[in-house]
Amino acid sequence: MNKFKAFVKKEFYHIFRDKRTMLILFGMPIVQILLFGFVITTEIKDVEIAIWDKSKDEVTQKITNKILGSGYFKLVKNIDNEQEIYNAFKKGTIKEALIFENNFAQNLNNRNNANIQIITDASDPNIANLIVNYTSAIVYSYTGELNSNLTIPMQIKTESTMLYNSELKSVFMFVPGTMAMILMLVSAMITSIAITREKELGTMEVLLVSPLKVSQIIIGKVAPYIVLSIINVITIIALAMSIFHMPIVGSLSLLIAVSILFIFMALSLGILISTVTNDQQTAMMISMFALMLPTILLSGFIFPIENMPKILQWLTVIIPPKYYISAIKDIMLKGSGLSYIWKDVAVLFLMTLVLLGLSIKKFKIRLE
Amino acid sequence: MEKVIIVKNLVKKFEDFVANDNLTFDVYKGEIFGFLGANGAGKTTAMKILCALSQPTSGELNVAGFDVYTQQDKIKANIGYMSQRFSLYEDLTVFENIQFYAGIYGLSNKIIKERAENLIKKLEMVEMKNKLVSSLPLGWRQKLSFSIAIIHKPQIVFLDEPTGGVDPITRRQFWDLIYDAANDGITIFVTTHYMDEAEYCNRVSIMVDGRIEALDTPQNLKKQFNAEDMNEVFIQLARKSKNKE
Repeated sequence: MNKFKAFVKKEFYHIFRDKRTMLILFGMPIVQILLFGFVITTEIKDVEIAIWDKSKDEVTQKITNKILGSGYFKLVKNIDNEQEIYNAFKKGTIKEALIFENNFAQNLNNRNNANIQIITDASDPNIANLIVNYTSAIVYSYTGELNSNLTIPMQIKTESTMLYNSELKSVFMFVPGTMAMILMLVSAMITSIAITREKELGTMEVLLVSPLKVSQIIIGKVAPYIVLSIINVITIIALAMSIFHMPIVGSLSLLIAVSILFIFMALSLGILISTVTNDQQTAMMISMFALMLPTILLSGFIFPIENMPKILQWLTVIIPPKYYISAIKDIMLKGSGLSYIWKDVAVLFLMTLVLLGLSIKKFKIRLE
Repeated sequence: MEKVIIVKNLVKKFEDFVANDNLTFDVYKGEIFGFLGANGAGKTTAMKILCALSQPTSGELNVAGFDVYTQQDKIKANIGYMSQRFSLYEDLTVFENIQFYAGIYGLSNKIIKERAENLIKKLEMVEMKNKLVSSLPLGWRQKLSFSIAIIHKPQIVFLDEPTGGVDPITRRQFWDLIYDAANDGITIFVTTHYMDEAEYCNRVSIMVDGRIEALDTPQNLKKQFNAEDMNEVFIQLARKSKNKE
């Protein structure tokens, strides 16, 4: 145990004495979360819309008022034919068009359903997605009112409540993604660099000749990063809560437990990378291309998976951060418990086991 | 004399390639044993096996009184190792390096402190104690690296080309340290490219194509090959190699 303590102590010296590592470990999470929080927001406000009201009855008028009264939308013009819609989109004067079908109120009364067609400019899929979400949420809240009127006649609710992230504040969506990215960076990239550094310096040989066991070397190498990663998770959550007033609906301990699982997964990836390369440069490049890019592009962090081409959607199945982001999103914003997110957790757990087994096996082979 | 390394019919194969072809030799306690050979002759492979880093394909091996197949942990605790890259952590101070390497050999804090002080005094590095290794000249690092390799008082220390890239005067000083260690009863197992250093060894083995072609004292080898110095002995033997570079 003393041997192990000496080893971990040395590892902390490395970390605290290297300014670049320190910067990545502690500066990065703060900068990232502030950056995504303040700059890359996709909140919507005064979105230009056009409305084609084929029915022009009491109900469509009410819905229109509700939509325009929300503050998110601004009516640019009323239109009455299809061609006009496409022209407006082409010119870029509108981002969304709403089409109420003929006899809207009548249909609603007689058939209990009526249709609104929503057309959005999907050249920016994220925004388009958001706009559709906002619009349908407003419409649902209206039908909600109607229904509640039917069952309990005297009650009129005008407050529109949207489930989960009620204001759709974009920063909340970025918090899980940022966490995944930072943990990948710290746990996978920095560890793979730290291990390959020992190889590059030739100190790995000496460690292997020493009485330290291979498992002790690996655990000693990654232990400090487990601690630092957990500190990072806590920092990010604290920042999100204090600066962006993000509510955490679910259990904080579950959130941290899932994060620790993800940290172990990322560490295994880091060890795996360090077994296939002998120098820090290569380790960094592999981490960049094999880990960071997929985390940013394919995990649903920035680009919604459902908007991707089919092939890329299949590819996301093997991207671990996808499951992590999905799980902690549910915990943070919906308050889901383990019974709801167990599938994501199980996939992550399996991935961790496979990666860990693979990396230990590879590490041993390298010794021969 | 007491034998600390016993090797009988050591064979190491990598698929079809035979890296060590039936090596048999003994190393005695307190001896400086030179392990020579051209690049690719199989030195490193044999040394890795003796350090319990890899398993032989066949043969009987005993290092520091322990069996290479079954008692690797015990072997590791009883040997020291210094690589050609000196293997110090540049972002740690002289004292922290000593502390770390002594620590992973399981020495107690009290003993670590005691030995570190002695070592620093002996190397005349008192002023450098708390300086980062990155600020030390190469020669000092080399001496420090060797002293650290024997800080846990091993039975045998393996030196893998320990004098690469160092000037002749520093090399001479370094050999003084080696003699000191040998006088203390530590067996020195050293590989080198410098033939003048081969003369400093008590006995020398020369490997060609995975086999030991010669093993004796430098004097006897020179006589046997009718050579003026070890360099000539080495060249005569190396010419036999089938895979010339």
